[in-house]
Amino acid sequence: MTAADGSAPALELRDVAKSFGAVRALSAGSLRVRHGSIHALVGENGAGKSTLVKVVAGVHRRESGDLLLDGESVDFTSTAESKAAGVAVIYQEPTLFPDLSVTENIFMGRQLLGAGRRIDRAAMYAEAERLFTGLGVTIDPRRPALGLSIADQQIIEIAKAISLEARVLIMDEPTAALSGVEVERLFTVARRLRDEGRALVFISHRFDEVFALCDEVTVMRDGAYVDTLPVAETDVDQIVALMVGREVGDLFPKTPAEVGAPVLEVTGLTSAGVFHDVSFQVRAGEIVGLAGLVGAGRSEIARAVFGVDGYQTGEVTLNGTAIPKRNPRAAIRAGMAFIPEDRRRQGLVIDASVSRNVAGVIRSRLARAGLLTQHAENHASGPWAGRLSVKTNALDANAATMSGGNQQKVVIAKWLATEPKLLIIDEPTRGIDVGTKAEVHRLLSELAGQGMAIMMISSELPEVLGMADRVLVVREGNLTADITRADATPENVMLAATRGREVSA
Amino acid sequence: MSDLQTSDPVEHAHTDLVAPSQLSRGRRAFQTVVRSREASIALVLLLVIAAATVKSPSFLFNDDNWRDLLLTPSILLLLAAGQCVVIITRNVDLSVGSILGLTAYLTGRLFIDSGLPVVAVVLCGILVGALLGLVNGLLVALGRVPALVITLGTLYIYRGAVLSWAGSKRINASDLPDSFAKLGTTSILTIPILFVVAILVVVAVGYYLHTSRGGRELYAIGSDPDAAVLYGLDVRRRVVSAFVLSGALAGLAGVVYAARYGTVSAGAGTGIELQAVAAVVIGGVAIFGGSGTVWGAALGAMLLVTINRVLPIIGIPDFWQQALVGALILGAIVLDRILAQRRARVLIEARDES
Repeated sequence: MTAADGSAPALELRDVAKSFGAVRALSAGSLRVRHGSIHALVGENGAGKSTLVKVVAGVHRRESGDLLLDGESVDFTSTAESKAAGVAVIYQEPTLFPDLSVTENIFMGRQLLGAGRRIDRAAMYAEAERLFTGLGVTIDPRRPALGLSIADQQIIEIAKAISLEARVLIMDEPTAALSGVEVERLFTVARRLRDEGRALVFISHRFDEVFALCDEVTVMRDGAYVDTLPVAETDVDQIVALMVGREVGDLFPKTPAEVGAPVLEVTGLTSAGVFHDVSFQVRAGEIVGLAGLVGAGRSEIARAVFGVDGYQTGEVTLNGTAIPKRNPRAAIRAGMAFIPEDRRRQGLVIDASVSRNVAGVIRSRLARAGLLTQHAENHASGPWAGRLSVKTNALDANAATMSGGNQQKVVIAKWLATEPKLLIIDEPTRGIDVGTKAEVHRLLSELAGQGMAIMMISSELPEVLGMADRVLVVREGNLTADITRADATPENVMLAATRGREVSA
Repeated sequence: MSDLQTSDPVEHAHTDLVAPSQLSRGRRAFQTVVRSREASIALVLLLVIAAATVKSPSFLFNDDNWRDLLLTPSILLLLAAGQCVVIITRNVDLSVGSILGLTAYLTGRLFIDSGLPVVAVVLCGILVGALLGLVNGLLVALGRVPALVITLGTLYIYRGAVLSWAGSKRINASDLPDSFAKLGTTSILTIPILFVVAILVVVAVGYYLHTSRGGRELYAIGSDPDAAVLYGLDVRRRVVSAFVLSGALAGLAGVVYAARYGTVSAGAGTGIELQAVAAVVIGGVAIFGGSGTVWGAALGAMLLVTINRVLPIIGIPDFWQQALVGALILGAIVLDRILAQRRARVLIEARDES
């Protein structure tokens, strides 16, 4: 409403780059958001959306490129600076102070003061009510933030942003945890803000929402800008094509293996609010890729199968024997191995030696009369570490001092020592270099060749397509596709992972 | 100042998620007070006093006993006020007993060795307490080690300092100037002056916590330290100042200790830090920070001290006195949990119904 076309855009990024160590998270991020518009930002996991947002929010500093607000170049070194310049970011799960009132949450750190620099509560309540009225929502400004739904918490974050005179609002997957009614209310609020002339950036994986709400859409891929299109002139197929448009390389040397009898059978697994009626099989010698967006419930399914988390209904069997729920020890005994995503925290005793880590899970087998000797540990772990060519000088090197790739190998070695029938591996190559990646892939392929059943969770589409014999796609806790290696394409996997809910709540 | 009933042009067609309360201001304030945790502690305190008075009327209606009723809790009131501020920030200060011992002995030494005027000695006590609190605060804020561990360390260090300084020597009432010793006995309108001092401190702390930005930020920090950083609050500075305040009040408590008892040995105030924590917890301040008031902490201190005096009067054996105080603390914590859960449930239900 305020700014006509032709004036400087509210927010503009040109070829912004940002690396973390050797990982180039953002190579050429570009974005141009006009005043009074809602701009969608879409892309696969790891396309660089979050990094781009964090550069704008002042969490990260860009290494090169331009960042302009209202045509003026800015350089934020802290979130406080970006806030002061009128940028507000609303995250998927807002952080509020649960014990304090809604109003205090809005004004914390900059409370309205009355006589003698005392806090003027009445004025703050009135201002909060005015903000809520302006947003068209009804929330008691006096109630504590405790117990508010995610949707209401987001509204409070938005109210805070408005009271800070934010001109650019970035919403990072705000609808992921909202119900249908709540999404509608958020959209109403977003449209109001747009009509006031503010610029909004809306990050979402749900294309139906992008098309319902946004004016323009920018697609990112592999840390770089791909294209910007007016929403009215495009469709889902075109956007998906832009998101995935790359060839699967030869990085993934999956050798054909003989697929045998089913090893893992999961039927009707349900955990309220997490995943629903999940059924699938993994057969001997088969690598099954579990694809989907971050937060779709892939890791949760894996954790439930392994028994780390519970589930309400459903059954898990391994080679025909039922695996009790919530009992990882039973799962290990039955022949399951689980390599978690966050290996530093969940997969390794980070301050212990390589041999102690490798021997950790088979401790009870190695112990003689309840005592464990270092000799026995070294003896048992030597062949496994050697086979994985873990580059450490000695088996008693400390795991904390090793590279991410070597840590991953130690974790794999640890589980291979249990001689599992089923290996569940979550994000096998996250954060490790290309060379080690190839080694991990070669190893997985080799294990499958020896008849091990492997369930691999990966957010990297090329990895899934290159390694998996079968791709299962999870979206919002439901299995939405089961695609064989021959039929799997980036497009159909991505579509299954992102297509809006058919039956909207 | 504000007018809530400003013109309201926007339709209220939207579903009321959690509708604002329609009560008038006075009514709301009344309900808040009556339903508050503080009101129930005050009620328990009155019941305890009433029980003792019924059993032995002189408990309340004897001048000396009346004075003791108010005078004895004064020291704990000061410590509880400081402890309350620290606990609200999700920290704890276990060193206050040792700070009290150190400043109590220092007070006596200053009168014996320097001949400074009373006012200067009092200020010295507060200042030394504040300095020791500053050490705590800096270690906690910069060391990123839990306050429990840091102040457990300084508890021993500060106590060790008094022990090596005082040895087996002690301050006696005869060492103190009359004008100072009189502070322990003087009353205004039958209210002991030391109690008045403690109450003034509690009121000042309560006023600060309720009405200043700094005070509210202490609650925010305790409620969610990570969010506090995201909000751009200066968490370190606030935490350090909470420890400085706690130290300063412990210093003042040391001076009050010297004035009240006249006799100070190196062991003065040993173990009182746990009473201060107990008073704060009984008073309804959440041990993980973020909620509670200094009024509650003060009432908790009064209740703790009074119950210790009352139990022998109503004929409860020695052993059970300790156990009862323990039960009181556990009861307070259990009550807190239940109330917190109920509150969360009510709030969530209110949300779901809308």
